Amino acid sequence: MSSSERRPPSVRRNRPSLKARLQNYLALHFHVLTSSLGLLGRMPLSTFMAAMVIGVALALPTMLHVSLSKVQSLGAAWQESAQISLFLRDTTSENGALALQSEVKGWSEISSVKYISAEQALEEFRQGSGLGDVIQMLDKNPLPAVLVVYPKLDQSTTLDTEVLLSKLRARPEVEQAQLDLEWVQRLHGLIDLANRAVLVFGLLLALAVLFVIGNTIRMAIQNRRDEIEVIKLIGGSNAFVRRPFLYSGVWYGLFGGLVAWLLVNVLLLLLDGPVQQLAALYGSDFALGLIGLDTTLLLLLAGPLLGLMGAWLVAGRRIRTIEPV
Amino acid sequence: MIQFTNVSKRYTNGFVALNNVSFQVERGEMVFLTGHSGAGKSTVLKMIPLLERQSEGQIVIDNKALSDIKRRYIPALRRDIGIIFQDSKLLNDRNVFDNVALPLLISGDHHPREIGRRVRAALDKVGLLEREQESTVALSGGERQRVGIARAVVNRPKVLIADEPTGNLDPALSQEIMTLFEQFQQVGVTVLIASHDLGLIGRMNKRILALDHGQLVEFQAEESL
Repeated sequence: MSSSERRPPSVRRNRPSLKARLQNYLALHFHVLTSSLGLLGRMPLSTFMAAMVIGVALALPTMLHVSLSKVQSLGAAWQESAQISLFLRDTTSENGALALQSEVKGWSEISSVKYISAEQALEEFRQGSGLGDVIQMLDKNPLPAVLVVYPKLDQSTTLDTEVLLSKLRARPEVEQAQLDLEWVQRLHGLIDLANRAVLVFGLLLALAVLFVIGNTIRMAIQNRRDEIEVIKLIGGSNAFVRRPFLYSGVWYGLFGGLVAWLLVNVLLLLLDGPVQQLAALYGSDFALGLIGLDTTLLLLLAGPLLGLMGAWLVAGRRIRTIEPV
Repeated sequence: MIQFTNVSKRYTNGFVALNNVSFQVERGEMVFLTGHSGAGKSTVLKMIPLLERQSEGQIVIDNKALSDIKRRYIPALRRDIGIIFQDSKLLNDRNVFDNVALPLLISGDHHPREIGRRVRAALDKVGLLEREQESTVALSGGERQRVGIARAVVNRPKVLIADEPTGNLDPALSQEIMTLFEQFQQVGVTVLIASHDLGLIGRMNKRILALDHGQLVEFQAEESL
């Protein structure tokens, strides 16, 4: 038996060229894409409701993500003020201090090291304290030379401050080491925790979006059961029947993403004024602003992708069970 | 083109719808299938596009044994068969054009321009070209049936099967529909029509397959008259 005989009748027909079939395939997909949009347009209320539910579900983690990004940028600015002050012994020469500066700067956990000589320290104190006359009465400079060490505090660094402090204190040139970065580390710890929370929260809400879209598609399939039977009766495959439902899922996801984008921007605009006022009280020009381009693109991609997945999970299984009688 | 050999259909509840039925319909032939309600006419028609599978025997369509066709190839088989129903089974949320275009969209082998050309040719054939943009809900019973016929022939099937296609129509419209089927037969399409309207069948002067309690009695139109 030849291979053609093993196939059903239609397969034996003269098929169009590969290029023509590709063009037909794309034209068919475009047709289904637009007709599925038209179908949603014929049910404006239910489409709007579904888009709102999906939009709110996407807006919550997006809002948290955007807020957290802003706080992270604030934390990065504060990080620059995080430091360890090494008060050097009187016996440490300037060359010794500079050598120590150079050595510590080479450590992997150190971002930079600044040397302040005893004279510079006194001058800064004189200018900052307003006690110039009193200082002039001193017969010797009471202030030591200082090395100001700025550790690396980005999120990828798991810096053990106690270990670093012990390491620095163990140096013979150092009389005292003062840590001024624990609060920044706590902030980073909190940001890390919040990031994880946003991730978990986002995953849970993405799951909710999958279920919402899945359920919407399931109901649409149920409502169009008769139509599906007719299509299968005249030769429609499961893939052909499934296609408009998958595109509907994509449209739902896209509309949901747009709703989320709008909601988050409105919320950010509403909160921006009070946040700016609060930040001004702390001498900061911090502002929330609007959603960035990267988050906008993420939303407009994640929405349709979740829609497609939600529709796929439901449509394939449901449609296979519907057969014409 | 259509060959039933010792075909039986027994349902799980024990009811025997067909009992050892054998017949053959040649390529380009038009044949009527008749019998009282429950005689097995619809069962025969349902077996051709594999809406039902036989319990025993063999069915061959266009040299292909249906028992060899796997589940995933059933849609391809159905695309080669034009099916017409008593209730026309149109999609009421789509217009006339979209209903007729459906088999071409399903086949996926046609460019939109070609689809438009073929749909209009089919609608012209059934006399509904001017109404392509109308909703099917607005059509009369006869017009709906004609849209159903246009949909069945638009993909140029080799076989047309029709289950009581004139069941809801008056005699004049019924004759009109039958004339359409005859025109398709004349261009080489094999047509098998289930009907219990013996008067209409007699006037068509075609071969008749009569079913009685699931068993076949074959005779010519002249004999029935």
